Amino acid sequence: MLKTLLIGIKDLKILSRDRAALILILLAPFLLTIGMGLVTGRFSGDNSSGISDIPIVIVNLDNDSLGNALVDVFNSDDLAELVEPTFSVDPEAARLLVDEDEVAAAIIIPKGFTQSIIPQSGSAVSNEEIKIEFYANPSRPTSAGIVKSIVDGFLARLDEMQLGGMTSVSQLIISGRIAPQDANQVGEEMGKRLQNAAGNSNEATAITLNTSTSEGEAVEFDVLSFFAPGMALMFLMYTVSYGGRSILAEKSEGTLPRLLVSPTNTIQVLGGKVFGIFLTGAAQMLILIGASSLFFRLNWGNAFGVVLLTLAAVFGATGWGMLITALARTPAQVGSVGSAVMLIFAMLGGSFIQTDNMPAFVQTFGKITPNAWAMNGFTTLALGGTLTPLSTPIVALLTMGISLLLLSAVLFGKKNLVQK
Amino acid sequence: MPNILEVQNLAKSYDNFTAVKGISFDIKEGEIFSLLGPNGAGKTTTISMLSTLYTPTSGDAVIGGHSITKDPMAVKQVIGVVPQEIALYEDLTARENLVFWGQMYGLGGKSLNSRVDEVLEQIGLTDKAKNRVKTYSGGMKRRVNIGVGLLHKPRLLFMDEPTVGIDPQSRRAILDTVKDLNKHGMTVLYTTHYMEEAAELSNRVGIIDHGELIALGTQDELTKQVGQAETLILHIGENEDPDALAKAVSSVEGVQKADVTNNEVSIITSDAKDILAGVVGKANERGIKIRSMDIREPNLEAVFLHLTGRALRD
Repeated sequence: MLKTLLIGIKDLKILSRDRAALILILLAPFLLTIGMGLVTGRFSGDNSSGISDIPIVIVNLDNDSLGNALVDVFNSDDLAELVEPTFSVDPEAARLLVDEDEVAAAIIIPKGFTQSIIPQSGSAVSNEEIKIEFYANPSRPTSAGIVKSIVDGFLARLDEMQLGGMTSVSQLIISGRIAPQDANQVGEEMGKRLQNAAGNSNEATAITLNTSTSEGEAVEFDVLSFFAPGMALMFLMYTVSYGGRSILAEKSEGTLPRLLVSPTNTIQVLGGKVFGIFLTGAAQMLILIGASSLFFRLNWGNAFGVVLLTLAAVFGATGWGMLITALARTPAQVGSVGSAVMLIFAMLGGSFIQTDNMPAFVQTFGKITPNAWAMNGFTTLALGGTLTPLSTPIVALLTMGISLLLLSAVLFGKKNLVQK
Repeated sequence: MPNILEVQNLAKSYDNFTAVKGISFDIKEGEIFSLLGPNGAGKTTTISMLSTLYTPTSGDAVIGGHSITKDPMAVKQVIGVVPQEIALYEDLTARENLVFWGQMYGLGGKSLNSRVDEVLEQIGLTDKAKNRVKTYSGGMKRRVNIGVGLLHKPRLLFMDEPTVGIDPQSRRAILDTVKDLNKHGMTVLYTTHYMEEAAELSNRVGIIDHGELIALGTQDELTKQVGQAETLILHIGENEDPDALAKAVSSVEGVQKADVTNNEVSIITSDAKDILAGVVGKANERGIKIRSMDIREPNLEAVFLHLTGRALRD
């Protein structure tokens, strides 16, 4: 175990002296993040989001309490600088505005939306599912993504309230506090309160872009919350392939055979190399996260969650680095294949554009990349998410890392690590 | 002295090629044993098997009482290895390299630091210990390469052609280091294709060619195999035909054997002075101009030539 750690630390030390590698793994993602920030106006405006006056069109065919509540959200003071809503009564005209790139998105609230969620007194509950239509402009993925997150937040709040109301009525019946025949009347009362709560613009924090942390502080969406992890994850793939490359480089330079003639076994040596890659990737990610927090005042979200997700992402990426190495014959092959994988994974995994705006099959295929899962987690954290929703990406990344490392071990077992 | 190494029918084969063909020898504690042979003879493969890096196809070796096939980890504690190529981390300093490799041999704490200081002193790099290895000359790198093999004070040191590609001064320093290590009790298995190094260092020499151990013994024992023969070397011009000259001089009375190496003709004879006139006459008859001649006393080169018909440099 000690030798494994020592080999890993040695690799980190060697990397820290390689100027070219340091430029690629630290400076390049940092500069690219700055570049993306400049392109999106992150550094030019006064507001912290860097994006303002997103043009949208809203078609409110519902004209009832919940539809009006969503309109109020977009008209609220909180979002006054961020979005610039216009209104229409014609869904086709609204979609045309999107198609003609006049607006970032169209939100079409269908007729009967409120009724579908809160049945009015004397009317039957509709079995028909009535959905808000979100029509996004693919040429404005970031802006459309922000508006969608606002709508998603609104709907999530409605879901919570609806579920909470149903649960409460059931509990009241079970506990004997109300008679079953009074359930309908109590439900109506709660529904009215729900309408009031949803329609109260003063309580709109949970259904706007700003969500609340457990401490009640506002967490603002920042476009760099998308680009900073995107760039860091892209270059993480470079780092892991660089680390894998060092295994084959040590083989050709004779230090790997020398390690194997010392009282150190193959598992310790390969374990040390894996640990070195993991250590280097973790150091890279944490330095980039620290630097973007310091220089861009970027809030990555829950610190513990960020660390957990980072380590899981590095572990998943390490698996890929080892697999590329196990399949390659020379250090140069690892370098060229690693660079290609870095770019492909960055595209598939949403390091450049949000995967939400990609075709479904691309999104599905993108799940093989650590970038996709980690981007998902980092976005959740940046929007104020807690540890619970992180479990899926973390488990996925750990599963990816374990599977790929096992596969690599099998391939290394068939490979002659001694002879050139 | 007891044997520290006993090799029994050790062989290594690849798909269609046998690199080492069942060799057997032993090394006594405290001696310097050289494996002498040309490039590709099987020296490095032999050392790689003995150092547990390669698994033998057949045969075994016992080092310090441990079998290389059955108990390789115990063997690794007994041996030190100085590989033919410089196997160091060039971005680390000499001290950092020595500390790291010392840790791989289980050293640590104060004992590691003091041992690193001793080795740096021994290889003469104390003053430059904090410089990165990549800034060193080839000779200095070779010295660190040797130093790594000495860190854990091995009982048996394998040195695989440690003087290849370095300047005469560094080569001299390395040979002196080997003698000094041996003087302090370390047993050394030294491989080389330089006859002079084997002659200067070794108590005993094994001559290896095409994977076979073709001769084994002290220098005296080996040179006796070629009798009291001397070697007459004829140096001729680049445009001359050495094969024609070798064929011509073979018929001179007193010539035992004539072979061609590069642009030289090597003649083995009991007395070089007696055949000079005849050899020069044959050369004149063929119109071949001899530029210079050397007469060499019986040596390992002559033994190799005698046994294989080729020079060590071939």
